[in-house]
Amino acid sequence: MNSKLYARPESLADVPFHYCPGCQHGIVHRIIAEVIDELGVRKQTIGVAPVGCSVLAYDYFNFDIVQASHGRAPAVATGVKRVCPDSTVFTYQGDGDLASIGCAEIVHAAARGEKITTIFINNAIYGMTGGQMAPTTLVDQVTTTSPYGRNENQVGTPLCISEMLSTIQGARFIARVAVNNPSNMAKAKAAIKKAFQLQNSGEGFCLIEVLSTCPTNWGMTPVEAVKWLETNMIPQYPLGVFKDAGGE
Amino acid sequence: MSETRLMKGNEAIGEAAIVAGCRYYFGYPITPQTELMEYMAKRMPQIEGVFLQAESEIAAINMVYGAAGAGARVMTSSSSPGISLKAEGISYCAGAELPCVIVNIMRGGPGLGSIQPAQADYFQATKGGGHGDHRNIVLAPNSVQEMADLTMLSFELADKYRNPVMLLGDGALGQMMEPVNLEEKPLVPQEKPWAANGQGERAKPNVINSLYLKPEQLEAHNIHLQNKYQKIMEQECRWEEFNVEDAEVIVVAYGITSRIARSAVEMARRDGLKVGLFRPISLWPFPSERLLTLAQQTKAFLVSELSAGQMIEDVRLATKQIKPVHFYGRMGGMMPSSREIYNQINLILKEKEAVK
Repeated sequence: MNSKLYARPESLADVPFHYCPGCQHGIVHRIIAEVIDELGVRKQTIGVAPVGCSVLAYDYFNFDIVQASHGRAPAVATGVKRVCPDSTVFTYQGDGDLASIGCAEIVHAAARGEKITTIFINNAIYGMTGGQMAPTTLVDQVTTTSPYGRNENQVGTPLCISEMLSTIQGARFIARVAVNNPSNMAKAKAAIKKAFQLQNSGEGFCLIEVLSTCPTNWGMTPVEAVKWLETNMIPQYPLGVFKDAGGE
Repeated sequence: MSETRLMKGNEAIGEAAIVAGCRYYFGYPITPQTELMEYMAKRMPQIEGVFLQAESEIAAINMVYGAAGAGARVMTSSSSPGISLKAEGISYCAGAELPCVIVNIMRGGPGLGSIQPAQADYFQATKGGGHGDHRNIVLAPNSVQEMADLTMLSFELADKYRNPVMLLGDGALGQMMEPVNLEEKPLVPQEKPWAANGQGERAKPNVINSLYLKPEQLEAHNIHLQNKYQKIMEQECRWEEFNVEDAEVIVVAYGITSRIARSAVEMARRDGLKVGLFRPISLWPFPSERLLTLAQQTKAFLVSELSAGQMIEDVRLATKQIKPVHFYGRMGGMMPSSREIYNQINLILKEKEAVK
C-alpha cells in the first residue's frame, strides 16, 4: 500500500524558486503555504509582497497577491483588509523593507491593531540590492555600505523590531523564530499558524519575525551561514514570544 | 439627496464621492483640503463606509492602492506638498492600472510655500507626477457644483480606463461655499474580475503588480499603457468656450482663474472688444485639437494661471504658436483681479493696433 507522505502544498505554485542556495526564504514560503492549506483559507487569502528578494512571491504562492512599493506593505494590506474584512491578509517583508524604509507603516499598523499578519524576514542585510547595511545589521558586521564593519558610534545598533512592537498596545501576538534546524522550523510553523488563526478570529495585529540566512551577501557557504546565524544573530535577537496579549 | 444645498467645495467633493459609490477614504490632514477629510470622517461611518486617517500621505496612497487592488471605489485627498509625497504611490497605481481618485486642493509652493490658493502643480498633475511613463486623467472644476460633478465623473473614468484620476482644485475652490445639487444616480455595479480580493470561485489567483523584470515584457506593458492613453486623449477631452467665435484675443484659463478671466472677458465685451474665453476642463488629456482650430481664427491668446506659467506650455504646443501666446500669472497665493486680466487683454489689442 502506497501513501503520499510529503507533497507540495496547494498554496505553493509548482515553480522553482529563484532564491540563492542556502537562502531560507524557500523554507518560510513553504511553512506559510502549509499553514494556509491547513487552515483551509487559500481561496480567501491575499498576500502583500513589497520590494526585496521576495518581491516575486506572486510567482510562488498560489493565491491572490498584491505587489507593493518598498516598505508600504502594511499600508497596502490595510487597504485590502478594510475592503475584504473576512479575508486572510498577510505581508511578507524583509528587514530593509520593514525596519528601515517602512518603519512608520509597520508601527502604525500595529498601533491600529490592524487585523493582518506580518511575516518579517530578518537576515541582517539588504539582499536584493547586493548586501548593504540594514537597521538590523549587527555591530561590526561587514556589508558593502559598512565595509569596515558597522560602527555603532556612527550608525547605531541593531533595531530589535519584535521587542519594539511588543510595547504597542494594538499588537496581539509578536514572536521571533528561526528556521535553522527542524526543531526551530516546527516552532516557527506553530507561531506562524497561531498568527494566522488569531487574524482569522479577528483578534488583531500579529507579527512573526523569522531570523534567516543570506549566504550570498554574508559571503559564506550555506552551512557556515547557519552556524553564523546561531553564533551571532540569535544572541542579538533572542527567540521567543514577546507579546501574547490574550495568551494563556 | 437631490435638493440644492450650500456647501464648501471640499465638502461637495466628499458627498459627491459617496453618491458615486466610494466607500473607502484614506487621507492625512493638510490645509486647505482638511474639510474634505473631516467630512469623510463624519459621513463614512453613517453609510458603513471606511474612513481611515493614515499615518502619512505615503501610507494613505498605499492604502488606496490596496483598496483599489481589492476592487473598491476609493479616494484620497491632499494638497500640494502631500501630493509630492504620494507621487511614488500614484505611479504604482498607474503601473498596476488601479482605478482611484486623488484630489489635490492646490496651495502655493515650492516647498512648504503657503496655504493660499495656487495652480503651480499643473506640471506635476498633468505630466505624470510620479516616475515612469504614466499619465493621470486630470479634471479641473471651476465651481462647487463642478467639484461635485467632476468627482462623480472621476470615479467613472477611473473604472472605465483602470487609471488614476486626479481632481485638481485649489484653496479657493475648496474653501468657498456655493449652491450645489447632487443628483442621485443609480449605481452600476463595477465588474472587476482582475481584483485581488481572494481567489474564491475564480480559476486562477489574481496578481496586482507593476513589476516586469524582462525588458520585452515591460516594453509591451508600456505600449499597452500608451495605447490606453491614446484612447483617453481621443475620447475624454473636455472644455468650455465663451464668446470665442469672433474673438481676436482668447483668454485660456482653468479652475478658479477661469472665473476671474470670464469677468475680464465680460468687461471687455461691454467695452466692445472682441475677446473670448477657453477653459480646459480636462487638463490631461488637454483639448489641443480645439485650441489649434481656434488658433486659426483668432489673433492672439492670453494664458492666465496662478503660477509662473505651466499650462502655457501646453497651449503653445497645441496651437503650434501660429499665433502669439501671452501670459499673465500671479503666484504664491496671490490672485489676479479681473481688472488686471482686462488690462493685459487691452495691452495685447493695442500692440496689434500698433503693428498695423
